Amino acid sequence: MSDNTPIIRVQHLVRTFDKVTAVNDVTFEVRRGETFAFLGPNGAGKTTTIKMLTTVLQPTSGTLELDGLSPVTDATEVRKRFGVVFQDPSLDSELTAWENVDIHGVLYHVPRRVRHERGEVLLKLFELWDRRNDLVKTFSGGMRRRLEIARGLLHTPKVLFLDEPTQGLDPQSRNQMWTIVKNLNTTEGVTVFLTTHYMDEADRVADRIAVIDHGKIVATGSSAELKQQTATDSLEAAFLKLTGTSIRDEEFSAQDRMRQISRVWRR
Amino acid sequence: MNVVYILWLREVKKYLRSRAQIVASIGQPLMYLAVLGFGLGPIFRKAGEGSYLQFMAPGVIGMTVLFTAMFSGIAMLWDRQFGFLKETLVAPVPRVQVMLGRTLGGATVAVIQGAIIFAVTLIVGFRPTSALAVPVAFLLIALIAVVFAALATAIGSSIKEMQGFQMVMNFLVMPLWFLSGALYPLQGLPAVLAVLTRVDPLTYGIDGVRGTMIGATHFGVAMDVGILIGVGILFVIAGAWRFSKIEV
Repeated sequence: MSDNTPIIRVQHLVRTFDKVTAVNDVTFEVRRGETFAFLGPNGAGKTTTIKMLTTVLQPTSGTLELDGLSPVTDATEVRKRFGVVFQDPSLDSELTAWENVDIHGVLYHVPRRVRHERGEVLLKLFELWDRRNDLVKTFSGGMRRRLEIARGLLHTPKVLFLDEPTQGLDPQSRNQMWTIVKNLNTTEGVTVFLTTHYMDEADRVADRIAVIDHGKIVATGSSAELKQQTATDSLEAAFLKLTGTSIRDEEFSAQDRMRQISRVWRR
Repeated sequence: MNVVYILWLREVKKYLRSRAQIVASIGQPLMYLAVLGFGLGPIFRKAGEGSYLQFMAPGVIGMTVLFTAMFSGIAMLWDRQFGFLKETLVAPVPRVQVMLGRTLGGATVAVIQGAIIFAVTLIVGFRPTSALAVPVAFLLIALIAVVFAALATAIGSSIKEMQGFQMVMNFLVMPLWFLSGALYPLQGLPAVLAVLTRVDPLTYGIDGVRGTMIGATHFGVAMDVGILIGVGILFVIAGAWRFSKIEV
């Protein structure tokens, strides 16, 4: 029996920061087992929406549901059901790859035996098994990303959130990553919710796409549907038609400043 | 409990792996001991207060514990954006367990660091009155560590910008250290200073360590312990509360 209720349901979601409305009355649904992409220019509200779905940010108003539960009131139950790779790294670079995976298992109450078995399967799948005992600080950007995804899948989540997972990676790494993720999407039925700036990526991996701009969803559909709606022949053209061609100048925030420093120090 | 343990273990493992940091951290206390200990020693003796090195060694140990414990919490700022903290914030475990694991880990590291500096003070000539006094003194050192690791967690959970770090160092950590009576006796201070030293929890920590190690105490060791436990409980609660409110 397949469950036909949407795995994620977002209704009239609003989040404001001081005077800025980052997410402005957003409504959408994600189906079980699909790969769903959020496309939007910088500052469109993609990350803010993911943060609210993953319980680390409270909505100003509106309702959220993940597998029938509210991230606001049932945070712990919701947390068991998703894995997340945030835009900024969340690995411990002073620990080994295996230690990172193992601690994750303890945090998610994965029994030791399962932790070891599934940990091995995932690290092999993401081609990190041979490097499992090396400190993460010796890893390349692509390896770190792969490790984060492998770790996020250890507790067999129902939804995997990937917030710009391929940013800064070379085409080979991107290609490899998506091949593995798409595979898991099919074999394990894990729903994948991703955001990206790369149109080709969304075109290739996403079953459905929501285009978000200025905190509002401006179009939803498969890549083909979006092209049809906008009478364009590429997703990129469709995207530009939907969101305009003006460049978004975000305020340079404290966060960006820290990002800049982190790039220099490369921790 | 597993969660508290594994997060505690993580802090300790990371510390033990960072040999360079351990060596570097000996520099500042050593400088205080050498420059102030030997530089002010003759004046202190002339004033009839005995050996300055004996007097300030517990203060320098206290300083080390304060700095190390506070730093563990401030490191959260960075950790929240680019590190492991987010991973623990989305885990399906009570935040208070995460907070306790981190804080106790930070406190443990501070105690180890304090022990290293204690060894250094022995090398430069510090002599506790009896060997038995040392374990008791370390109970006080552990209390100091918990008090400030918890305070650091509360602060680290509340500020968002890296600039806040400088503020905390200049307007909190340095005053806590200079007002603690680590470098000067608490008797006969000007009224304002007398009040400020008594508001500083580190004062009681260092007084307690001094009381157990060299038998000289201003408030009495029992009162020192009582105040540290009280403040410790308060800060752990404050830390747990602030930590539970972290948004990313």
